[in-house]
This record gives sequence, structure tokens and C-alpha cells, in this order.
Amino acid sequence: MPRLIQKLVLVLVTAWVLPALADSSLLNVSYDVARDFYKDYNPIFQKYWKARSGESVELKQSHAGSSKQVRAVADGLEADVVTMNQASDVDFLAGKGLVTKDYAKKFPNNASPYTSTMVFIVRKGNPRALQDWADLIKPGVQVILPHPKNTGNGRYSYLAAWGYALRQPGGNDKSAQEFVSKLLRNAPLFASGGRDATTTFMQRKIGDVLVSFESEAELIAREFGKGEFDIIYPSLSILTEFPVAIVDKVVDKKGTRKLAQAYLDYLWSKEGQENAAQNFLRPRDAELLRKYAAQFPAIKTFTVDEVFGGWARATPAHFRDGGTFDQIYQSK
Amino acid sequence: MSTSSRLANSEPRWLRRVLIGTGLGFLFLFLALPLLAVFAEAFNGGWSAYIEALKHPEALSAIGLTLFIAVFVLPFNILAGIAAAWTIAKFDFRGKSLLITLIDLPFAVSPVVVGLVFLLIFGAQGAFGPWFAAHDIKVVFALPGMIIVTLFITFSFVARELIPLMQAQGRDEEEAAISLGASGWKMFFRVTLPNIKWGLLYGVILANARAMGEFGAVSVVSGHIRGETNTLPLHVEILYNEYNAVGAFAAASVLALLALVTLVAKTIVEWQMRKETEMLDAALPPEAVRNQE
Repeated sequence: MPRLIQKLVLVLVTAWVLPALADSSLLNVSYDVARDFYKDYNPIFQKYWKARSGESVELKQSHAGSSKQVRAVADGLEADVVTMNQASDVDFLAGKGLVTKDYAKKFPNNASPYTSTMVFIVRKGNPRALQDWADLIKPGVQVILPHPKNTGNGRYSYLAAWGYALRQPGGNDKSAQEFVSKLLRNAPLFASGGRDATTTFMQRKIGDVLVSFESEAELIAREFGKGEFDIIYPSLSILTEFPVAIVDKVVDKKGTRKLAQAYLDYLWSKEGQENAAQNFLRPRDAELLRKYAAQFPAIKTFTVDEVFGGWARATPAHFRDGGTFDQIYQSK
Repeated sequence: MSTSSRLANSEPRWLRRVLIGTGLGFLFLFLALPLLAVFAEAFNGGWSAYIEALKHPEALSAIGLTLFIAVFVLPFNILAGIAAAWTIAKFDFRGKSLLITLIDLPFAVSPVVVGLVFLLIFGAQGAFGPWFAAHDIKVVFALPGMIIVTLFITFSFVARELIPLMQAQGRDEEEAAISLGASGWKMFFRVTLPNIKWGLLYGVILANARAMGEFGAVSVVSGHIRGETNTLPLHVEILYNEYNAVGAFAAASVLALLALVTLVAKTIVEWQMRKETEMLDAALPPEAVRNQE
């Protein structure tokens, strides 16, 4: 018995101390559902880096809610790179002087190595026949989405509906606000995050439709089973970008800039792009997108930049105190 | 004693049954059922998935870190707790009630606030953060910060347990020891410590349980680095948010097991404490017992 305890203690201590022994290391601070992607990506990069430079590198991951993560970086969490699901979170770090202001130009594709889009998840067989955003504002339809004011998923859902309404014939800001207001009236509650919204819809069986990232549908299927729901692609949706950036202040201090640059650059390599596709994130590489066409049906999308002039404008206009969300919500 | 039992018996039988039934019902609903649910979810994917989830390096490191922090804060808790309780119970001085209030502070403050306070002090944008950063000392988002908040959160338990005990025991025995020529240390180890040992152990067990289970404060200062600053409760939340229910509940079941071990230890200590008081009462002459009451 004491032998067993000794062994157990040894295993626990090594598991905890061992990573601290590697010489060159990189900390990637990221949003919560990105773990699977980077768990698969890290070994790919480690192999590539070993072949290129002969160094073995230790890659550390930190995942939690994205806004909480950037706050922690601003408060001193020594991230070499941040990989987020919303530009406004990286903008926050740029505002604090940790990340360069033109981080979006430092890498191709707006510094977003892969994309996703907002889709509908409906009950098996789509009993309410919900095909497009316009069906979601019909009376009696219950829509589940996370809180638009303070969650990434919620904001993307909100802007997707807004952009859809804007692009309808005769659409303008007023008609878009009217449209989104009807949509929000159909939300029985606002979930506190993507995971919470999923639990509400899948486990508590509340609502007719869940608005979520296409990439998250796969995670939902993994936990709740593929046969439990259908995915519906609306006629038009928002292109969700996942910006990455080097935290200048940290890499300059730690001397890891070259490594950090290579780590993020390699996301655009064939291997990195294929890993995105395998994790149900749409690769930027056109050839790979065709290869995985079966899991990424064609869908018309618009970006936050195109319709809203970037997050730097969209956030104050819609989600700050007194923005359109508050106006709609208070008149509700 | 006899009056109260007569009163209890005078309740109609149905009322007693309803009350007992309600009590047991609540116990089942709020204690047994959630505990069962944790284990049911953890074993949802079968034994192998459960073992696999716990064998994962990140899970092992979370368990190791949680135990390390708990063990590390233990001696501090014991020393500080005894010192505080000793001061309050055996001496009279100005500001004593203020000190008692301060000891209760960790109970009163929400853990998240505790975490944020230390972030404000040691964070990069905080008061001392830049100085620590300049000297390359990591406090928050590293082990030291997590130990500090855990210390703060668990500080009260030992002192709170010892103060009433030491007050009840008074200082007669210590004064007798001193007047018989014992040194301060000798008095402490031969008289005080044996008197408080069960209460001390009880406080330590409670503090330990809290240290292992703490979420809010640790979450704020942890930084959630996998395999480095992720404790077991944080690990549970993260796995759950990643749609890994089996992993989350497997980790939660380890926490539940630790809690159960704590409960058993606590019961044994309580039982020992009662036995010792009874022995003490039996050893004393009847009038002494009456005086005690």
C-alpha cells in the first residue's frame, strides 16, 4: 500500500514539475473551445520546429472565456501569443499597448487563420420548418442565444441577424433594428455563454432553435449525439474571424519573438490549415476548402468589417451602454 | 433534558413524520442526489473512459497542484491559527474585538473579491505589479498567487475552531504550569497543545477541504495554464465548457471523493473529542462537573 502511494505521489509530482524543465517555451492564451484545435496543432508545430531549428519547444495552453483571458493578459499573464475568437478582445490588448495596433495586418487574412459562421441548430427533423433568419422572428418561435452584450457568440448572432436584415430589399438601419428587436423578443432567456446556451437547448430542451458557431455544432454532436439535431444554413450569415496576435511586450522580454512568429505563421501552412478543417473550422486555403466541401456547405457570408466597419465601430454602436442592444432591450 | 424530550414526544405522530420526512427528503434531494449524479455522469462512458480522463497528464497535474497547495498552506494555517487563537483566548488587550473581526474577514468576503484584490495588488496594472515584473518575480498567474489567495481564504478555520475551545479551557492550567516552573515552550507542548489537539485537527481538516475545493479566488489569479496553474476545480469547469462531460465529472468525482474522506476524518475527530470530554467529566468529582455547567 505505501508503495502504491509513493508511486502515485511520484507520478503526480512529475506530471506537475516536468513541463517546467523544458528550456524554450511558449504560452498561447486562447478562448475556451479552441483547446481541441491547439491540442492537435501543437504537436504538428513542435515537429516542424524541431526539423527546422533542431530545438524542442514546450507549448503551454491556457483556455477560458475570451474576455476573461485578455483581461488576465493585461493583468500580467505572460502570453507570448493570443488566439481569440473576436477582434474586439485583441483590440483591448492593443489599447493597453501589449499588442501592436495594426496586428490585423501582421498576418494574412486579417490575421485570422481560419473562419466559421453562425448557423441554426434545430430539433431533429426541423419540426418548426426554420430555414432562414426571417423564420426566427415569427411569433411563437423560441430562439436560444448567449447574451449579446457580453459574449462572443451572442455578439456574432446579433450582428448576423442585423446584417441579414440590412441586406434585404429596402433594408436600412431602422428596419434592421426592428428585425433584431423581434428576434430578441423571441429569446426566452439569454444564456451566459456558448456552453450554457447549448445546455439550455440540448439538455433542458428549451427553445426551437439554437444560434451557434458552425464549428461548435460538431462539439455538440460529440457530446449529445449526431441524431439529436439538424444543422440549418441560413441564406446569409456572418463570417466569424479568429484573430491571432503576438504579445509584443512579452516576447521582447522573454526573447521569444522568432518562435512566436513561426508558431502563428505555421497556422497558414498546409498542415495547419488541414488541422483547422479537421476541427470543423473553415480553412483559408481554397484547395483544402474544396477538399472538405462536404462538411462546409457553401454559404453566403459578410464580415464585420464589410457591414459594420470593424469591431472598433460595431462594439460601441451596438454593445456598449446605450447602444442598440440597450435601446431594444429597454423597450422590450 | 427530561422536559425537552417530553415536549418532543407531545407532538402528534403525523407531524413528527412529516418533519422527519421533509428533512430526509431535503437531504436526499440536495446531498445524495447530486453526489450520485456526479458519479453517474463520470461513469457515463464506462470505466475505461473514466480512468482515461483521470490519467490524462493535465488531470494528473491538476490533482498534483491541488494537493500541493493544500499541503503547502497547512503549516501556515496551523501556526497562524494557534497564534491568533492563543492571543485572543489567553490575553486581554485593547483592539481585541477588532482582531476577532479581522479573523472573520475571510468568511465574510466573497472569494472572487479576494482574487480581484490580490490581482489589484500584484497584477501588472496593480500597485506592486510593475516592481515584481521588473524583478522578474511572478506572483499572480503563477503558483505564489494561488497559494496566497488560498491562505487568505482558509486562514479563519483553525483560529475559529480554537478560540472558543481555548476560552472555555481558561488559563488556569497554563498558570499552574508556569508557577510550577515550566518554561513557556514546555508549557505549550505539555499543557496547551494536548488540550487543543482535537480542535486543531478539526480546524485543519475544514481548512484543508476548503483549500482543495476553492474555485472563485483561485480562478481569478490562476491564468488557467494547462499542466501548470490549473487546479482540480478549475479543471472541472474548463472540461465542462469544452463539451467534455465525462472528463469534467471524472475530475469532479475526485473532488467529491476528497470531500468524503474529509467528512470521515471529521467524524472520527468529533468522536474523539467527545470521548475525551466524557473521560474528563468522569474523572472529575461530581461538584466539579456541576461547576463546569
